[in-house]
Amino acid sequence: MIYSDKVMDHFQNPRNVGVIPDADGVGQVGNPVCGDMMTFYVKVKDGRLADVKFQTFGCGAAIAVSSMVSEMAIGKTLDEAMTITNKLVAEELGGLPKNKMHCSNLGADALHAAIENYKEKQKSGGKGVAAAVDLHEHEGCACPYCDAPLEEGEAEYCRACQIDLEECPSCGGITKKGAACIHCGAPAKK
Amino acid sequence: MRKAYFDHIAATPLHPQALEAMLPYLREVYGNPQSLHSAGQQALAAVEAAREEVAGLINADSEEVYFTSSGSEANNFALKGLAQAYQSKGRHIVVSAVEHLSVLNSVKSLERLGFTATAVPVDRTGRVEPADVEKALRKDTVLVSVMTANGEVGTVQPVAEIARVCRSQDVLFHTDAVAAAGSLAIDVKATGVDALSLAGDQFYGPKGAAALFLKRGTRILPLIEGGIQESGRRAGTENVAGIVGLGKAAAIAKAELERRAARLRPLRDALIEELPRLVERVVLTGHPVERLPHHASFCVEFIEGEGMLLLLDMQGISVSSGSACTSKALKASHVLLAMGFDHALAQGSLVFSLIDGTVREDVNHLLEVFPPVIDRLRKMSPLYTQYLKERIA
Repeated sequence: MIYSDKVMDHFQNPRNVGVIPDADGVGQVGNPVCGDMMTFYVKVKDGRLADVKFQTFGCGAAIAVSSMVSEMAIGKTLDEAMTITNKLVAEELGGLPKNKMHCSNLGADALHAAIENYKEKQKSGGKGVAAAVDLHEHEGCACPYCDAPLEEGEAEYCRACQIDLEECPSCGGITKKGAACIHCGAPAKK
Repeated sequence: MRKAYFDHIAATPLHPQALEAMLPYLREVYGNPQSLHSAGQQALAAVEAAREEVAGLINADSEEVYFTSSGSEANNFALKGLAQAYQSKGRHIVVSAVEHLSVLNSVKSLERLGFTATAVPVDRTGRVEPADVEKALRKDTVLVSVMTANGEVGTVQPVAEIARVCRSQDVLFHTDAVAAAGSLAIDVKATGVDALSLAGDQFYGPKGAAALFLKRGTRILPLIEGGIQESGRRAGTENVAGIVGLGKAAAIAKAELERRAARLRPLRDALIEELPRLVERVVLTGHPVERLPHHASFCVEFIEGEGMLLLLDMQGISVSSGSACTSKALKASHVLLAMGFDHALAQGSLVFSLIDGTVREDVNHLLEVFPPVIDRLRKMSPLYTQYLKERIA
């Protein structure tokens, strides 16, 4: 099996799957073009995450990562939850295959997006928009630095940042050419 | 738990008779076929007998068969070897958009050497239109490569018509028949192909033994240089046991091909008919009729292939997927994208390919466990939730 027992457990018995209809914050990241998409819902009570639910379109690793993130986040204060990193999630899962690291890059981001969305709503007095990467505006993958959409066949260059990009040989994520990978830290291709 | 293997396109089980035929060449007959002593000559005789058998499967002459280590090597050999041998005539190549990566990446490698290439599109069923191949031909076109059948969507290509187009324009025609050989009747003489790739692990032979057919009189540049094996066109000590197993599997396939296909076709059609009826939003990929007799492939909307693959595996069912997540490169299937499927739908790719041992009970088992697996994953999917909402609204 390509996955650890813990990943398989979370994939087979994912915790906290679902939708919170009256969520205090909603965050959505990724899109089906890149392969994975996650939506996180949070319910906040006395500054803590009273409930977290998620839905995920993606591979086994993406589902396991979402499940683990939700489990790690419930009961935490908002500040504590913001310190959950993708690296921590992967560690908690007993490691992920190298080429699946990009799936874990979405999990914590989706949770953080939901928390940010909650904070924005608080500021604007209950009204706010989902801090989601909008599915329909991003038809291609996004630049990891400025989040500008990259068009099909243009994944090697971000016009907004004016930098060359390449696929990281370790994790498959899009990163700056000639630099250490922004996602997994792997050294640059020679 | 019932185990059912639906992954012919990844590998077939080794035929017991092929294994039996191989065993002496892994034990007592260890000579090098190039050695002049009797131990070597015994091995050489076995290799040459296997060459006859492989030639027989495709109606070639035995001296037109060159053994390779894999279908990928045969494709690399054909593309790079033929293009470079004939480059004084021109440096343009035509392929289809749905070729195997061993063809497409060989083309990329040739482009770095200064060749140019045209990828002919396919329709929604994955079929190449021979007229499109004709339109793509230029004065400097030296080689056309279009597969006999596609392993991911099962579609069979009109290779005889494409071969006719190429012949009329005096252009070499290669076909990657790795997914087809042993399952479809192939006659290189009647079809008029100049080169054809096949691999034993697609018809109950061992892994690591494959072949390139090359029409007599065709020039080719070797991919592996060294000694005089394979008439100097493919160096390296022969994989004698593997070649013997390939030969045996080819002889059996020739005799069994019709029976196998006649038995598997109704099972395939049961899947094609019943899966979309059991689960909504499941679409067939590939051609409904012009397809491999053992092949049924689908896209399941709103979910991703790897999750399905893993959950089905837990129910004892082995399948393939062309989703980005199941490919190590994390790229959506170029085949499905070329057929006009969008990225999200292509992620839900699932390929069922039947083997000679597949029986109706295996199909029933699959039909039983499939709906709950899909249901479970869809309940987790934000895309499905969105779909349900829109349907109500």
